[in-house]
Amino acid sequence: MAALCESFTLCGLSPASGVGLGGGLLALEPGPDPDHVLLTDRGRTTTLFKVSDQKPLGYWSVKHGQVLTCPVVCNFETHEYIAVHDDKVLRIWKNEDINLDKVFKATLSADVHRIHSLPNGGPVVLFRGGGVRTLDALLEAPQQEIENIISDEVIKWSEAFMEGKQPVLIFTTEKDEDFFVYVQKLKTNSLQKYKLEQQELSKPMNFTAYIKNQIITLLCLCSNDCVYKVLIPLMQNTEEEEQILPKSLLLNLSVSGSVLKGTSFVVLDKDHIAVLGSLTASDEEPRECLTIWNTKFQTLQTSKELPLGTSGQLWCYEEKFFFTHGKVLTVIMYKCETSSLAAAVGKLKDRQTPDVSAFVNWNTLGHEELADSFQSQQTGALKYESKMALRSKRNAAANVQTDRLAVGKVLRNLQDVPTRIFEDELKQLMSKAQALDLQASIGSVVTALINRYKTNPKHYHRTFLLEIVQTYDLSYSLCPDLMAVALENKDLRLLQTCLLRFPDIPEEITYSCLEIFLSFNEDSLRRMDVNLESVICYIDIESDNKEVKTEIVENGFSTEQEEGTWDTKLAEEAHLTSDGELCPVGPQKAALLNAVLRSAYSEAFLLPHLKNLPAKEAVLFLRYLFYLYVKCSEKINTTLPGMSSPTINQIMDWMCLLLDAHFTVIVMLPEAKLFLSSMHKFVRAQVRFYSELNKIEGSLQELQRIHQQKDPKIYSIEVLEII
Amino acid sequence: MGEFEVHRVRFFGLVPAGVRCLAYQSRGGRLALARTDGAVEIYNFGANYFQEKVIPGHETRSVEALCWVAGDRLFGAGLSGDITEYDLARLCVSHSVDGCGGPIWSMEANGSGTQLAIGCEDGSVKLFQIVPGGIQFERNLDRRKGRILCLSWHPSGSHIVAGSIDIFRVLDVSSGLTVQTVMVNYHVQKVKRECIVWSIAFLSSGTVITSDSFGRVQFWDWEQGTVQESYTVSASSALSLAVSESEDSLIVGTSSGATYQFQLLPVKMDSQEKRWVRTKPFQYHTHDVRAVAHSSTALISGGLDAQLVIRPLMEKVGKKSYDVALRKFTFPHRRLVSCARKARLLLFQFSQHLELWRLGSTEETGKDGEVLHLCRMPEHLVQLKSKGPEHIYCSCISPCGSWVAYCTASRFQLCRVQCEGNSISVKKVPKVPKLLLPAYQLQFSSNSRRLFIASARGSIHILQLLEPGGCAHLHTLQPPSGCPEAVYLLASSTDGLWLAAVGGDWVIHVYDLKYFKHHCTVPTYNCAVTALAIHPLINTLVIAYSDQQLFEFSILKKKYTSWSRMVQQRGLHKAWLERDAPITHITFNPKKPSHILLHDLYMFCILDKSLPLPKNSTLLMNQNTLKQLPETARKQELHAFKICKKFQPLLFADLLDENCLVVVERPIMDFKTQLPLPIQQKKFGT
Repeated sequence: MAALCESFTLCGLSPASGVGLGGGLLALEPGPDPDHVLLTDRGRTTTLFKVSDQKPLGYWSVKHGQVLTCPVVCNFETHEYIAVHDDKVLRIWKNEDINLDKVFKATLSADVHRIHSLPNGGPVVLFRGGGVRTLDALLEAPQQEIENIISDEVIKWSEAFMEGKQPVLIFTTEKDEDFFVYVQKLKTNSLQKYKLEQQELSKPMNFTAYIKNQIITLLCLCSNDCVYKVLIPLMQNTEEEEQILPKSLLLNLSVSGSVLKGTSFVVLDKDHIAVLGSLTASDEEPRECLTIWNTKFQTLQTSKELPLGTSGQLWCYEEKFFFTHGKVLTVIMYKCETSSLAAAVGKLKDRQTPDVSAFVNWNTLGHEELADSFQSQQTGALKYESKMALRSKRNAAANVQTDRLAVGKVLRNLQDVPTRIFEDELKQLMSKAQALDLQASIGSVVTALINRYKTNPKHYHRTFLLEIVQTYDLSYSLCPDLMAVALENKDLRLLQTCLLRFPDIPEEITYSCLEIFLSFNEDSLRRMDVNLESVICYIDIESDNKEVKTEIVENGFSTEQEEGTWDTKLAEEAHLTSDGELCPVGPQKAALLNAVLRSAYSEAFLLPHLKNLPAKEAVLFLRYLFYLYVKCSEKINTTLPGMSSPTINQIMDWMCLLLDAHFTVIVMLPEAKLFLSSMHKFVRAQVRFYSELNKIEGSLQELQRIHQQKDPKIYSIEVLEII
Repeated sequence: MGEFEVHRVRFFGLVPAGVRCLAYQSRGGRLALARTDGAVEIYNFGANYFQEKVIPGHETRSVEALCWVAGDRLFGAGLSGDITEYDLARLCVSHSVDGCGGPIWSMEANGSGTQLAIGCEDGSVKLFQIVPGGIQFERNLDRRKGRILCLSWHPSGSHIVAGSIDIFRVLDVSSGLTVQTVMVNYHVQKVKRECIVWSIAFLSSGTVITSDSFGRVQFWDWEQGTVQESYTVSASSALSLAVSESEDSLIVGTSSGATYQFQLLPVKMDSQEKRWVRTKPFQYHTHDVRAVAHSSTALISGGLDAQLVIRPLMEKVGKKSYDVALRKFTFPHRRLVSCARKARLLLFQFSQHLELWRLGSTEETGKDGEVLHLCRMPEHLVQLKSKGPEHIYCSCISPCGSWVAYCTASRFQLCRVQCEGNSISVKKVPKVPKLLLPAYQLQFSSNSRRLFIASARGSIHILQLLEPGGCAHLHTLQPPSGCPEAVYLLASSTDGLWLAAVGGDWVIHVYDLKYFKHHCTVPTYNCAVTALAIHPLINTLVIAYSDQQLFEFSILKKKYTSWSRMVQQRGLHKAWLERDAPITHITFNPKKPSHILLHDLYMFCILDKSLPLPKNSTLLMNQNTLKQLPETARKQELHAFKICKKFQPLLFADLLDENCLVVVERPIMDFKTQLPLPIQQKKFGT
C-alpha cells in the first residue's frame, strides 16, 4: 500500500529567495550525507540543503557570464562537489570553500553531458559524444581526447549504477524518431548499443531504470500515456549487430476515463512507480498531479493534486519526492508497503479525494472499447485486463476478450448500415455473447444503440431497446444514457419497463419519469402502449369511458400481449371505492405511476426533486395515492390484487413524501381542500380503528402473559427434564 | 436421564451489603473489601478471584477505610473511632486501638509500611507507628476544623494531603504543620453549598488529585495551590479515586454508578509532555461507587449495589483471552443455605438471624417445564435471632431437621427444633462445651448424631448430640503437622466414617472418624477449594477448585481415581473452565452412583461419570439441543456435563430425594428494589 504523507516546502524558487535565479531547476542530486540534497538551478548557483531542517547549508555560485551546464554532484568518497560550467570547465571544491573562482579547475577537451556520482564507484563523466570516463581517469589527463560514439544522436537521458564493483552507465539517445540505448561498463570498457523497439504513434518521453540481478530494467514513459518495460541483460557479451530491445507494457496511466499525461516518473519499489503529470478527464480541465501507481495490480494508489503547477520534474531520494509546485520546491514523504490486491483495490474504494473518480464508469468502458479496437491487439488486451482487475475478475478467459473486442469492432463497422441490418447484427452479437460477459456486452450494445441515436436522432430503436431491456437483467449503471434518451423520446413503455427492472435508477431520473407520466394527457396516453398488468385487477373506470377503451384494445395492443383480455375483467371488477371515488387517473397513467411507486429510491435524494413537481400534478398524484390507499384498506391484508402492484408501504411512503414536499402548496390550493379533508377523515378513522386494535392486542398480550407467568412467584414446584 | 420435581425457592430475602471500601495488595494479588455492614472479605486474584476469606461484620464496627501494611497485615478503621487489625488466619479482629479523634473517616499507611495516618472527625490527622503485633500512637499533626474525609501520603512519606470540606491541606510529616491549604470551591461561582473532598491522591510528582461532591476530578499543584486541570465527570458526587502504582492511570467512582478511567498520556505521539485525559467511561453499577482500586492490570470498583466489578485493562493484560473478561461479584462464594433433606426444611443464614422454612408439596406430576399445582404452600417456621452485635459466621441444620446450630465471633449456639403439627418449639441446648471460637463451618453427620465444627488452627471439634436436647464434646481433630489457618469447608461421609476438611492453606485432610485419627492428605493442588463432598456409596472425595478443576479422590486407596486422572488427561471443556463463578456445593444421587450434582451461581450441573467428556469442539450446554432431537439421535450427542441454566442466580441447590431437587434463587431485581434509591438521572424521554 502506498500513500503520500505530509509535505513541506524546502525553499522558495523566486528570485527573492536566492535560489533558482536562472529560471527553474536543473536538477537535484543527493548531498554528501543522508538528508542532504544538492540543488542546481539553470543559472549559476548550486545550494546544499538539509531536507528535514528545510535549511540551506551551503551556497556556491559561478562568476557572472558563466553558466552551470550540468547538475552539481557530490563525490561521496571525498565529500567534494563537482560542477561543470560552460560545458567544458570542471570545478571541484569542498564544503569549506566559498568562492568557486579559487577552487580546482580543469578544462576538458569535449562537452560534458552529465556527471553521475556513485556511492562506491566515484563520479563518472558522460560526454555529449557518448564517451564515458571516470573522474579519476579524466583528472589524470584533463585534455585527453574523448571519442565520439554517437555522432549525430542526441542523449536524452542517462543513469549510472554499480553492478558488483563495476560502474555501469546507461544512456538513451534519439535520432530521427529512433531511440537507442547504450550500456557502458567502465571496468571492462565494453559498450553495447541497442535499438528500442518502435511503436507507432508514441515515442518515449522519459526514462528511468534500475538494476537487479544483473538485469537493467529500463522503464519508459511514452507519449501514449503508457509505461513500458524494457529488460537489458548485462551479462550478454555477444558482439552482435545492434539488437532491438522489445518493449512490454507495464502500466497504462488511465483510470476511470481519466488519463494521466506523465512528464516524469520514478520507480519506488518493484510494484510501485510515481508519476508526475497532468490528469486529463474527458470533459475537464487537465490538472497536474503527483500519483503513485501499483504496477502489479494496475491501480492508481494515491494522488495529490498540484493546483499551482509544476515544472514537470520529479526527483525521489530517501522516501521523499522533490518537485516544484508553483514557486516553491516541495518535499512530500511517501510510504510504500508491499502490495496486496485487497490493499490495492481497497484503497481505491476508500479514497475520498475528489481529484480522480475512483469508480468504474461503465459508460466510458464502452467508449474505450470502441476506440481500442483500432489499437494493437496487445494493448487492447492489456487495457482490458486492467479494467478487469478493477472488477477483480482476473480469470476472464482470452476468448472472452476477443469476443469483447469483436463487439467493439462490429459496432464500429455498423455505423452507417440501415436500421434493420444494424439490429440483426446486434441480435447475432448478443446471442454469441458469453455468459460471463453477457452484462457488459449487452451494455455496450445498448450504448451503441444510444450512440447511434445520438448521432442521428432518426435512429431510435424503440422495439429493439424494449426487447433488450425486457430480456436481459440490465441495470441503470450499465447503460446510463438509456433512460435519458427514452425520456427524450417519451418512450413510456420503455421507461415503465426500466423502472420495473432496473434496481439502481437515480432519484433524479425517477423524478423525471414521474413528472413526464403525470404531465401526459390522458387522451394521448390511451393510444400509448403501456403494460397494464399492475392495474387491471383493481382499477375502476367510469362507464362512459368503456367504449373508448374497447377501441384502444383493438387499435393499440398487439395480440401477443395478455392485456387483450383486460377489458372483460375490467367490466366485472369495475366498482366504486368505499366513499364513491373513482380512480383519478386512467389505467395507463395508473400503470405508469405504479412503476414509479415500485422503483427503489432514497427519500433524502428524491425529496429535493419532488419539490419541483407542479402543484396541480402533485395533487393529482396525491389523489391517486389516496385512491390506492383506500383500495388497499378495503382488504384485510391491505394488499392490492394483481401482479406487480405497489404495496401499502410503498404507497404510504410516497404519500408522506409528497405531503412533505408540497405541504404548503397543497394547503393553499382550493381544489385540494375537499380532498385533503376527506383524506384526513379517512386517515383519522383508520387511526381510531387501529388504536382500538392496539387495545385488544394489549389485553390479548396480557392474557398470554398470565398464561406464561411463572417468574414472580416466590415458590413453585416445576418439572425439569435433564437429558 | 430423567425428570426432576424442582422446588424453586425465591423467598430467601438475602440483601448483600454495599461495598464501602477496597484495598488492593499488589504483591499477593489480594483484594480486601469492606461492606457497609462491617464485613471484610478477601478476594484472591490468583485463585480466579475466589472470595477466599470472610470476616463477618459487627453492628457497631463500620469500616470506613482499609489498608494493607507491610505486605499482609490488614488494618481497618471506621466510625467507631477504633483502628482494627484483622487476623486473617483466624478470620477475626486480632486487636483494636482507639484513635482518640472521634469517628475515623480515612486511613492510609505510608509507602514503607512503618506509619499509619488516620483522618478523624475532629479535624486531626494522627500518626500511628506500626510495630509487630500492633500499632502505637505516635503524634498528632496540625489540627484544624472540619472532618478529614480522605488523606493520602506522598510516596516519599514526607507529606500528607488531607481532604476536608471545601478545602484540602498539605501537612508536613516531620514538622507536623500545615504547609498549604487549598480552597477547592474557590473556582466555583456563586457557591451555595459546601464542596466535600471525597477522595484524594498524592502523586510523587507533587500533583494532588481530588474528587469532590461537585462531581469534579481536579489535578492540583500543591505548592502553588493552583488547579492544573479540572474535569467534571458527574452531575453528582465523584466519590472515590484510586491511582495505579505507576501513577499513569486512575479510576474515579461517582454516585451515579459510573466509573471513569483517566490516563496520563503524551500530548502528542512521542512527546515528553503528558496530560491527564479522561479515557474510558464505564457504567457497571446502579448505585454509588463508594470504593475503587487500581491494580496493575485492572480497574476495580465496588458499589452500594453490593457489586464488586473487576475490569481488566486489555492493554495491560496483553492478549485477548479469558483473562480480560469482566468479572462481577454480588453474592458470597459460600453457602448461606442448608437443607434438611429428610424433613424438607431449609435454613437461611442472614447477617444477624436465621430463617427456617418448610418446603411445600404437590401431588401432581407433569412434563418438562410445567408448573405443578401446590397442595401445600411453603411455610416460614421460625426466625432465630442471634443476640448481640456480632454477625453470624456459619449455620447448619441437621438432615433430620431437628437440630440447628450457628456461630458468631464469640458465641456458639445449638438448638433443638421440634415440629409437631402446626406448633414448633425451639429449645436452646443449655450447656454447650467451651470451644475455641469462632467456628467457620458447621456440619451435621448424615445420621444427625454428631456435629462437626470447623475451627481455627486447622482443628475440628466433634460434638456428640444427645437426645432429647444435649451435647457433649467427643473429640478434636487436628492436622498432624499443624496449620495456622482456619478450616473453612467440611465434608462428612454418609457412613459416618470419614471427614474431609480444608483450611485456608488449601490442604485437604481426611480423618478417620472410627479411630479419630488423621487418615491422609489429598495431594496438594495449589488453588483454593470451593466445594467438597464425599460420595455416599463409594467414599470418594469430589473436590472443586476455584480454577474450575474437578478432582475425585479415593479415600480408601488414598489416591485420585482413574476417572479423575482421565479428566485431568483429557482436560475439561473450555467453556467449563471459563466460568467465573465457583462451584459452591456438591452433592450426590444415592440411586445413581455415577452422578455428581454441582452448582455455581449461574448453573446447575449433573455430571455423569459414565458418559464421555465433552470435547472442546462440542457444545457444553447442550440440553436445549438435546431436547429438540428425537430420542434415537440423542445418544451420540450425550456427554458427561448436563447443565441447566434455568435457575439464576442460584444460591443453593440440593437433592431432596432421588428425583426431587430444591433450588434457591435470588433474582437481582428482588434485592435491588430493597436498596436505597439510586440518584435519579434524567433520561431522554422520561
